[in-house]
Amino acid sequence: MKFLRYVLAHLWRSKRRTFLTVSSIALALFLFCTLRTVMTSFDASIRASDDTRLVVRHAASLVFPLPLAYRERLTQMPGVTHVGYGNWFGGYYQDPKNQFAQFAVDAPTFFDVYPEVILPAEQRQAFLGERTACIAGRAACKKFGWKLGDVIPITGTIYPGEWRLTLRGVYAGRTEDVDENTVFFHWDYLNESLPDVRKNQVGIYWLRLASSKDAPAVSERVDALFENSPQPTKTETEKAFQAGFISMIGNVQLLLTILGSAIVFAIVLVTINTMMMAARERTGEIAVLKTLGFGDGLILRLVGAEAMILSLAGGILGCGIAWLLFRRVDFTAGGFFPNFRVLPETVALGLLLAVLMGLLSGLVPAVSASRLRIASALRKVA
Amino acid sequence: MARIPIVYNLRHLGARRVSTALTALGIALVAWVFIFTLALAGGFEAALKTSGSPDNAIAVRSGSTGELTSIVSREAATVVESQPEVARSPDGMPLATAELLVVWNLPRKSGTTTNVVVRGVGPKSPALRPKIRLVAGRMFRPGLDEIVVGRMVSERFRNAAVGDHLKLSGRDWAVVGVFDAGGTSYDSEIWGDVELFMPVFDRPVFQSVTVRLDDRSHFEALKRRLEADPRLTVQVRREDEFYAAQSGMLARLLRSLGLFVTLVMALGAVFGALNTMYAAVGARTKEIGTLRAIGFGRGAVLLSVLVESTLLALLGGAIGCLLALPVRTFTTGTMSFATFSELAFRFQVTPGMLGAGLAFAAAMGLIGGFFPARKAASLPIVEALREA
Repeated sequence: MKFLRYVLAHLWRSKRRTFLTVSSIALALFLFCTLRTVMTSFDASIRASDDTRLVVRHAASLVFPLPLAYRERLTQMPGVTHVGYGNWFGGYYQDPKNQFAQFAVDAPTFFDVYPEVILPAEQRQAFLGERTACIAGRAACKKFGWKLGDVIPITGTIYPGEWRLTLRGVYAGRTEDVDENTVFFHWDYLNESLPDVRKNQVGIYWLRLASSKDAPAVSERVDALFENSPQPTKTETEKAFQAGFISMIGNVQLLLTILGSAIVFAIVLVTINTMMMAARERTGEIAVLKTLGFGDGLILRLVGAEAMILSLAGGILGCGIAWLLFRRVDFTAGGFFPNFRVLPETVALGLLLAVLMGLLSGLVPAVSASRLRIASALRKVA
Repeated sequence: MARIPIVYNLRHLGARRVSTALTALGIALVAWVFIFTLALAGGFEAALKTSGSPDNAIAVRSGSTGELTSIVSREAATVVESQPEVARSPDGMPLATAELLVVWNLPRKSGTTTNVVVRGVGPKSPALRPKIRLVAGRMFRPGLDEIVVGRMVSERFRNAAVGDHLKLSGRDWAVVGVFDAGGTSYDSEIWGDVELFMPVFDRPVFQSVTVRLDDRSHFEALKRRLEADPRLTVQVRREDEFYAAQSGMLARLLRSLGLFVTLVMALGAVFGALNTMYAAVGARTKEIGTLRAIGFGRGAVLLSVLVESTLLALLGGAIGCLLALPVRTFTTGTMSFATFSELAFRFQVTPGMLGAGLAFAAAMGLIGGFFPARKAASLPIVEALREA
């Protein structure tokens, strides 16, 4: 540790190089954190899912509805405490580019199956008591400037026409992973407005269970019950359902991993180069240190420490900026990532990466410095 | 004014081989990432853009953003098909097809499942999409439990080769053929007889009607008449525009993500190039002093350093382009929001993208070389020569 000042003095001496190197490492780790956050944001819905909640949908795909009549039979299923249901509405507000989710839900049971949607009691009452009422997440209200009592016109693409909903509640999520960009309104309102052939059709049933241990057995029983009906079902935990949904988006994980590796690798190359140049410029100085009696091991550590300090400084800077930036700025990529925020483990991984970069980039110059032969090095200087 | 020969720069780059290689590789990776993201967004866009033809018009229910949310009744389909602007085939029938589209969850070869478009087509469907040709097996026979699948479906999903059976809506369907749709979105679809699909999938209505125009310029007249017809609630669009509109959001997202990643990464690489060139200039202070002393001007030194860093960056850019060539063979699938199902596409590397990658690399070299070049040019001759 007593040589720390020597190392810092060195970094200070070539301020420009130190600044440039730290900046390029910081940029690389900022990108790393951003890309990994893209990945973890995809998974936010998985983290937000509840183990005691099952999703029942048509076996073919979500596009096919289930009959409302299934509700009674699901309610009687042992192990099931609450049954809720809803339809994906698929509309937009003002401009088709305004992407956010709208669900028509059975209002009386909704808060039983979705306890993580938190709403003041009086707002909940106001919502439940009015057929054309809706509730919206905090983020959606902020984004579109909605206030309680506003009439929000939503244009349907699956259910044509303009649907005028009155905002009676603004909900918050129980955890940060709960999507606060969704609008929920009364399924009854949707249903009564539809032509007869489209009435009484349900997109998804949600089942709440007494215990998550029952999930496999209940899923199996539900699917067996409807297996031979014209509308067979597929029942799975909410986690599995969300994971399936994400896997449909494609192999984003692989693409981002490829990009991330290329970025990190490029910056490692740049950093190794910088460290090698820095060491080369000091050949004479290292020879002098050795003449004074500094051992090979100590020289190795001194040169290595310099690389490590640069990398760590860059790492802290890059990860820190990503952490702060995405918390302050409301970035959603056009509604694509409702909860874009850097997770603590992403920062930890980023810092670990910085340490590895430091080791790797310090290794070559440190070893060659420690192996430097005094006589030839001093001769070069003179 | 005398110029410093380029050979001088080349020799220098050769003399510090390791440093040259590391810097060039760093820049190569930035260029590669740049081309990679362009190829990804380009491939996705191309798959949708080329799916439609300007010679065709497609009618869906007004208000629908895609076929999936559309409903067109049999009566409405007949009205659309009988319009005078619709071209006729040699047998005298209108070149038109009313199609059914459902989305079915199927297992990929990797074991995960995703939605696939299942399209019920009529006898005129292939004629309306001239890019489609069979590459294996034969066409399905109307009225039988037979289907043909797109090349991407056959490659990416289980039980989707000729001779296999796929289970859809409680029935086993024999896969009798595989078609190639030239990289369009039809490559990700399953086709069968629409008249058989309607009862089997319990869908009494079509999703869309596509017609061939007898003349491209007649589109507006057709659109105006159909959209004003009180019997119908349809919107009519040119088929190419209809498909291109579907690529909008995701392609934009991919492009902006790619641009963001590349710009931040490029900044990092420019910092690296600055370091390299500063060190390169620093190590030959005396040499630069000598060059100045024998009569080369400040401009010549500035230009020489700039040339050297640009050469270095171009070397990196060229390596990046070479590494990017195999990207052409990558295939990936993503969910198309318009059909809520998988759209598989091939990455597209165009000469324009490679050119952009090279230009991008050259720009990095110019910026990374400029400040060190200015420093080199402004060195006072006497002091530079005195330097160790």
